[in-house]
Amino acid sequence: MSELAKVYGIWHREFLRFIREKSRIASALAMPLLWLLVFGSGLRFASAAVGGNYQAFLYPGILGMTLLFTSVFSGISVIWDREFGFLKEILVAPVARWAIVAGKALGGSTAALIQALILLPLAPLLGVALPLERLPVLLIFMVLIALGLTSLGLLIASMMGSMEGFNLIMGFAIQPMFFLSGALFPLSSGPEWLKYISYINPFTYGVDVLRWCVFTDFQTLLPVGVEMAIVAAFAVAMVLAGSYTFGRKK
Amino acid sequence: MADHAIQTRNLTKRYGQLTAVDNLNLTIEYGEVFGLLGPNGAGKTTAISMLCTIANPTSGTALVNGYDILKQAHEVRESIGIVFQDPSLDDRLTAMENLELHGRLYDLSGARARERAGEVLELVGLKERARALVKTFSGGMKRRLELARGLMHQPKVLFLDEPTLGLDPQTREHIWEYVEDLVKKGDITVVLTTHYMEEAEKLSSRVAIIDHGKVQVVDTPSNLKSALEGDVITVQCSSVDHLSERLKTESGVTNVRVDGGALRLSVVNGEKFIPRLVEIGHEAGVIVESISLRRPTLHDVFLHYTGREFRSEEAETMGFARAWARRGMGH
Repeated sequence: MSELAKVYGIWHREFLRFIREKSRIASALAMPLLWLLVFGSGLRFASAAVGGNYQAFLYPGILGMTLLFTSVFSGISVIWDREFGFLKEILVAPVARWAIVAGKALGGSTAALIQALILLPLAPLLGVALPLERLPVLLIFMVLIALGLTSLGLLIASMMGSMEGFNLIMGFAIQPMFFLSGALFPLSSGPEWLKYISYINPFTYGVDVLRWCVFTDFQTLLPVGVEMAIVAAFAVAMVLAGSYTFGRKK
Repeated sequence: MADHAIQTRNLTKRYGQLTAVDNLNLTIEYGEVFGLLGPNGAGKTTAISMLCTIANPTSGTALVNGYDILKQAHEVRESIGIVFQDPSLDDRLTAMENLELHGRLYDLSGARARERAGEVLELVGLKERARALVKTFSGGMKRRLELARGLMHQPKVLFLDEPTLGLDPQTREHIWEYVEDLVKKGDITVVLTTHYMEEAEKLSSRVAIIDHGKVQVVDTPSNLKSALEGDVITVQCSSVDHLSERLKTESGVTNVRVDGGALRLSVVNGEKFIPRLVEIGHEAGVIVESISLRRPTLHDVFLHYTGREFRSEEAETMGFARAWARRGMGH
């Protein structure tokens, strides 16, 4: 399968760029730490709704947030490839369009996953005891969530065309996805209208599965198997839509 | 091997009202260096984008190395190498990493990719910079690296889109040498677009002059020049208008133009006409200040078929812009 070598090539390039951008890694870590250590400890004892430790409740939400922002950003970075001309090098090469999308999606997911993995050792400090038996599921779902969201970023980038719409997309699509996902507060404590919006947000189920992986007694919104299926279906749909949109020629 | 390196069949690209490429029919043979010349916006880059399978034609098609750009895009991509007008390297990677990625994309094995990368870096004189990040490279080094990359997978057809635009004369000479060496070694066809007539003349076996998306003329540079009929004589004199009227009826004079305050004539057997020119000036009561004679260049051919200067040069000097405006009114 020669296409796999090409997927590897594109993935490897993304990886090299990621590990060389120390400032990006640092700034991407600062956000979750601020949420967890400052925001989280400030509200630690102020929230009765979560039944105790708010910092612990917040932890899987922040794992999800890290995946969300890093993945979408990595996907959208294909616009830079286009503006700096590098994309042309890949588009004129004898590479199947799906292989380009796969390479980019896997590269972005790897970056997101590394960012999230750095947060795992923090769990005990926040009073979270990660259940070992659910660790494999946690890892698999972090990969799935990252894949789906990186592909979403690629899809947005293919439709956007230039960097001008970037802030618009971040402000009106990605930030709302984060705030309406239950990452910061239990959805059961919010008003009805908020719940309905959250239910159509696929990221809600990603965060819910992550929280289920972290707390053995956590009650998911839907049966956990259904939520996992939704997350997986979202990832597959985004990879397909990304490949299709990306492959179109002008 | 197919019959022709490239054959376009009524290749057309429209953007709304604008027809960028209009029923283009061109045949390029294996082993040629084919120059595509034309003013800015003539459709050169659009034509190349279609031949490289980046853009789809609105109608018509083309065969590249015998493969259809619409139905066999993958095979076309395997057959071609490209040096784009704008940079297309990843400057966060090293030169070697850029080449290794290229090798993977073009199905070279890891060992073969490293071997070829070494060869092409040697060719363009960048071997000792193989492990340096591309962002530390100068513009000329980047262009040389792009050329190296375009050659790495040994394409049948190499597209060079303005390969020396914005480079210093030394780097330009080097790039010309690389291209000439390549062609000498054989087994490659080069399609070159350029704004530099000197470059087109030096490298091309044939050139096509394109304007308004159409081929105006195709031939070897020497045939095109001799087809212009006559030498170019430039005259500075006291009354340009007066003398030009008088010369228009003179036998042997094929073209009279006023250009930047001077008179430019196309004349058969230019040397023999010079004494006659002085005589005519004397008869007409015009003081002839200077006369210069030269053989027609590709530049003259270009002006003859496109009727105007390059836009980039138009913008360079106001004097030139005014001359151009005058010439435009005269037509």
